[in-house]
Amino acid sequence: MSTPLADPASAQFATNPPRELPTRRGTELVLLAFATFIVTIALVLVEANQEQELTSSIIWLGLSYLGVLTAAHLAVRRWAPYADPVILPCVALLNGLGLVMIHRIDLALAERAIQQGKEYTPDVTKQVLFTAISLVLFVVVLVVISDHRTLTRYGYICGLVGIVALALPAVLPSSLSEVNGAKVWIKLPFFSIQPGEFAKILLMIFFASFLVTKRDLFMVAGKKIAGVELPRARDLGPILIAAAACLGVLVFEKDLGTSLLFFGVTLVMLYVATERIIWVVLGVGFFAAGAIIAYNLFTHVQQRVRNWIDPLATYDDAGGGYQVAQGLFGLGTGGVGGTGLGAGRPDMVPEAKTDFITTAIGEELGFIGLAAMLMLYLILAMRGMRSALAVRDTFGKLLGGGLSFALVMQIFVVVGGVTNLIPNTGITAPFLSRGGSSLLANYILVALLLRISDAARKPAARPKPQQPQAPLAEAHTVMVQRPSANGEGSAS
Amino acid sequence: MNTPLRKVGIAMLVMVVLLLANATYIQVVKADDYRTDSRNLRVLYEEYSRQRGLIVTPDGSALAKVDPSNDKYKFIRTYADGPMYAPVTGYYSINYGSGGLERSEDDVLNGSDPRLFVRRLSDMVTGRDPRGGNVKLTINPAVQKAAYDLMTQKGYTGSVVAMEPKTGRILAMVSTPSYDPNKLASHVGKEQIAAWGQWRDDPKKPMLNRAISETYPPGSTAKLIVTAAALEDGKTPDMPVNTAPNVKLPGTQTTLENYGGAACKGSTLKEALRYSCNVPFAELAGELGKEKLNATAKNFGVGEDLTVPMRVAGSTLGPLDSKAALFQSAIGQRDVRLTPIQDALLSATIANNGMAMKPQLVQSLLAPNLSTIEDYKPSELTGDAAMSSANAAILRDMMLASEENTKGAGKRGDIQIASKTGTAEHGNDPKNTPPHAWYTGFAPAMDPKIAVSVIVESGGNRGLEATGGTVAAEIGRAAVNAMLGGG
Repeated sequence: MSTPLADPASAQFATNPPRELPTRRGTELVLLAFATFIVTIALVLVEANQEQELTSSIIWLGLSYLGVLTAAHLAVRRWAPYADPVILPCVALLNGLGLVMIHRIDLALAERAIQQGKEYTPDVTKQVLFTAISLVLFVVVLVVISDHRTLTRYGYICGLVGIVALALPAVLPSSLSEVNGAKVWIKLPFFSIQPGEFAKILLMIFFASFLVTKRDLFMVAGKKIAGVELPRARDLGPILIAAAACLGVLVFEKDLGTSLLFFGVTLVMLYVATERIIWVVLGVGFFAAGAIIAYNLFTHVQQRVRNWIDPLATYDDAGGGYQVAQGLFGLGTGGVGGTGLGAGRPDMVPEAKTDFITTAIGEELGFIGLAAMLMLYLILAMRGMRSALAVRDTFGKLLGGGLSFALVMQIFVVVGGVTNLIPNTGITAPFLSRGGSSLLANYILVALLLRISDAARKPAARPKPQQPQAPLAEAHTVMVQRPSANGEGSAS
Repeated sequence: MNTPLRKVGIAMLVMVVLLLANATYIQVVKADDYRTDSRNLRVLYEEYSRQRGLIVTPDGSALAKVDPSNDKYKFIRTYADGPMYAPVTGYYSINYGSGGLERSEDDVLNGSDPRLFVRRLSDMVTGRDPRGGNVKLTINPAVQKAAYDLMTQKGYTGSVVAMEPKTGRILAMVSTPSYDPNKLASHVGKEQIAAWGQWRDDPKKPMLNRAISETYPPGSTAKLIVTAAALEDGKTPDMPVNTAPNVKLPGTQTTLENYGGAACKGSTLKEALRYSCNVPFAELAGELGKEKLNATAKNFGVGEDLTVPMRVAGSTLGPLDSKAALFQSAIGQRDVRLTPIQDALLSATIANNGMAMKPQLVQSLLAPNLSTIEDYKPSELTGDAAMSSANAAILRDMMLASEENTKGAGKRGDIQIASKTGTAEHGNDPKNTPPHAWYTGFAPAMDPKIAVSVIVESGGNRGLEATGGTVAAEIGRAAVNAMLGGG
């Protein structure tokens, strides 16, 4: 553990021998190679089971995936050298499996199209393109946001842009915003985006920066009603307005899944900031009331609930449990071990490439594969949460906690929905599902998590080597240090 | 803030555990329910990729086999002489499931039969693709071809069933018009859909297996049951009968008359059967009563649950709840309904000294390597004879006389057939609807090798003038000749 960089002169002032924290970038590279290996094997299995000719192109595909990831890895090495080494490999594996699964369903749908004498354009090429774009954006975020604390300056702007982005599809005419009944799109001439995916991150930045500045007010100021201390309306105002706005927008857009996601994340961030469970209790209470009202007002909510109680009973209804039932059939057929990659029939489930891609994994890789996938998400989110715990600024803690929780919340809503644990609401599985917006947004999310983890693991005193490292001063230094100073220091 | 963050971390853990628990419930506990749900087409699709077993004739030629295909199903089902054998093989379709033998013997053909378990296990270990077992039929291709060719050549709608009287083995099962199961097995979706739609909408119902799934009024062939019951009751072939051209139905103003309203040309029971007079049999049935008729009919198989192994539609004499009903039922009208295979059983039972044998279409089930899994042994249908062998011999002689009196083509001096014809009225306006033409018999009369039944719906090409003799007899004789006379 001794390090050649340790300055013998300064060592006498340190209570602990100065040591260089390992960056663990080597670990990351090995894990990335491992992820690529698994993805390549998965691709080989699909091709073999689908009776495609095994060609050397698979190896090239595997190598190019490794190449793209190596570029991302090098970017992390350069711009976030102390970032958590497990996060990127987890994402690489999930994204790779998603690509293989989309390719696999493409093959099945293409064959069906040939039988019916129709044309079919595979989705996977587009998704590969989006992966590349996402990784570029990922690097851009790492470079531009050299310190996550700079984001606090743009909290309100983020909030405003987020709400506008979220509300835009609801305001736009259906011809520009509706795809398959969900009014959550902005359709541009060459591509479409789901602004809600990006609003998710913008709003989390807003909540985090807002709560950091106001958390003291939440905890002390305000009246006490029935033993509960409530903050003053003017302190709570912006957050209530923001929350109400997103929920309202989402109800009008009929996007229940995203609404559930926003709600959960807002509640968790509020709880972390105030350290009071009463917020969760109040929130759940509001949610229950809102759910009951929504159930009574909207027929599509009632239908969802009926489908949830027994998807097989409403199998034949219009808007009934057909889709969920097909997903359950797939999961049941897969059983514990799965049918094998490329040997199942996941294409029989409608929307198998987007919302129901997790049932495709459950069918072909079985419970074992599905559980492994859930564990990957859990590891990813837990590494994020660890970074949030370790990072020294409250904004970083709040944002890191929120982003980590958002990952698990998304997977809970989508997997819970397709496995009938909760009513099914359309939402994408991060990194797995087809869809550019979701992929881009989640890569940005991960870039932010990496930035926070880098800040958490970066040795705080390194920027100014001349200054003796006084043990107790260390923590306080971070609190008063200006963000820009830290950023310059690490870049030098 | 670390305390709440840790708690959120625990909440995240709990959420994933919830998902895992639910996934366990679905993929482990409820997996079988979902997998086998009739709406889950995956298992079905899986089967289409398996090398399905063959359906072969006794001489080993395949009626249904699989050819390799270059699509994802790996194999395509093909049928030799599809339309001729469709009532026997049935169909096997990705869109429409299976029918006929393909369905009844599905477990063996797709390899999931428990008796193939050890082999499946070894397939799994050796990595060999699982294969289905084979089904060997009792069908005699010569008889099937002769009957089918003549039926289609004449453009008849109807059915021919032939069986071996001593064993119940089905030698031919023809239903016309027929369909080509190859089109339903096609992997081209459009072709399947077009074929299915066309046959479903065809008023002639080509996919109906008339031999076992349709019941008809049997007309005068039902007199065999009445005669058997009468002989068992102690009547003799020489007993005098009423030669009047008609008789009033008891309790009504309606009369029942002989064919063409003529007086009966003979005055004994034997002569009555020979000339197929109606009045004597009506009176005989009235005298015998419901119980005796039903008892005899039951031992001919009427009302028995038959599977060959396809399910056979139920035959019945009807409720027989009045004397008038007995009168009319005696000549195979009113509520009497027989399937063609049941009609063939009448002749087969007489030919087999009064004992009905269970009809069977499957000779044996074979493993993929052609070793035998199960050999079907002939078995008695009810265990009770429909009549004594002495009475069966008397009835045989009466049928020989009937055959002598029956016109129609196909008679050969060297083959002695015992037979009975039938001409059955049906429809809402029976007198102006072409009747169904029946012919049932067996040969050689003294050492029966084949029993046959023919029905030609609605008079074939003879319209109102059709009789069993002029329309159906020729086809029945062609089937017999194919079996015994080399064509």
